[in-house]
Amino acid sequence: MSLWFWIVVACAVGFLTKLVGYLLPRKWLTNPRVARVAGTLTIGLLASLTVANTVATGAALAVDARLGALAAAAVALWLKAPFLVVVIVGALAAAGLRLLGLP
Amino acid sequence: MPTSLQESPGARVGLSIAVATGLYGVSFGALSVSSGLDVWQTQALSLLLFSGGSQFAFIGVIAGGGTPVAAASAAALLGIRNAVYGMQMNMLLQPRRWRRLAAAHVTIDESLATSTGQTDPLEQRRGFWVAGVGIFVLWNLFTLVGALAGDAIGDPKQWGLDGAAVAAFLALLWPRLRSREAGAIAAVCALATVLAVPFVPPGVPILVAAVVAALIGWFGYRSGPSGEGLEPDIDPYPQPDDPSRTATS
Repeated sequence: MSLWFWIVVACAVGFLTKLVGYLLPRKWLTNPRVARVAGTLTIGLLASLTVANTVATGAALAVDARLGALAAAAVALWLKAPFLVVVIVGALAAAGLRLLGLP
Repeated sequence: MPTSLQESPGARVGLSIAVATGLYGVSFGALSVSSGLDVWQTQALSLLLFSGGSQFAFIGVIAGGGTPVAAASAAALLGIRNAVYGMQMNMLLQPRRWRRLAAAHVTIDESLATSTGQTDPLEQRRGFWVAGVGIFVLWNLFTLVGALAGDAIGDPKQWGLDGAAVAAFLALLWPRLRSREAGAIAAVCALATVLAVPFVPPGVPILVAAVVAALIGWFGYRSGPSGEGLEPDIDPYPQPDDPSRTATS
């Protein structure tokens, strides 16, 4: 139930964030400093989510097959593979390394 | 000169982006159920939140053992750029009443990019709606496919689905690393995350990184053209009454 509640909250906040852009006076959001924070926040959060999903297991750090998935995905991206291919490469790398005995 | 909808470049670009992006819904659906959400919760996120980055953030925090509060916070923060997009689309489309609510809901990276990639106002409008509504329909359809398939295949680790999540986040980050400064911010936030993991509850390291990123953005701001690559994905659109812009169509 609690999960459902926060799903609804996230959805409501997400929609209102989009709507606020249509309602606010132009000068608020064209402020270059605000636009820059929106940009740095996006980069910082995505970097953090990438790393957290690679090395965090609960509240502990762990080295496992996910590190191989990160490396394989980076190579795929460097070769300009499309999004879906990158995701599949990441899955194959993790699954393959586990077959070889990595945790 | 307005063209028919079949020959509309805006609609064509929108449609191809809708197909290409909508398919990602499969990976979201599969990863979401492997993170512990059920099919209905997964579908609710795609229908109501409808913002890829925020949706992946939500399930990424849950998958790491984080609380639903931390998941919702991460999703909310990652959606902030949509407010900037909304302002840009409002200047272009100036929708009224229910159209304004619909336009807000389908305001995402891809619909903004499609629209602002066109020069003719009619094509900007068509591009926005075709991309936005097209992605919404396909994204939701393929989320359901992924959620149902993901539920049926058993242990997600055996199939490398946690590796798929890592790859998905890296793929979302990658195109934003266009400058050295962007790379440095990513590195600092990644380091902050790793340092925070052992000391705070799951999900909170991501919020720590968000604070670090916001502080860099706020205090590292210099006026002038030095913020290269750090603005939201699409360069702020020139003023709508800019005559040089309309003259090029």
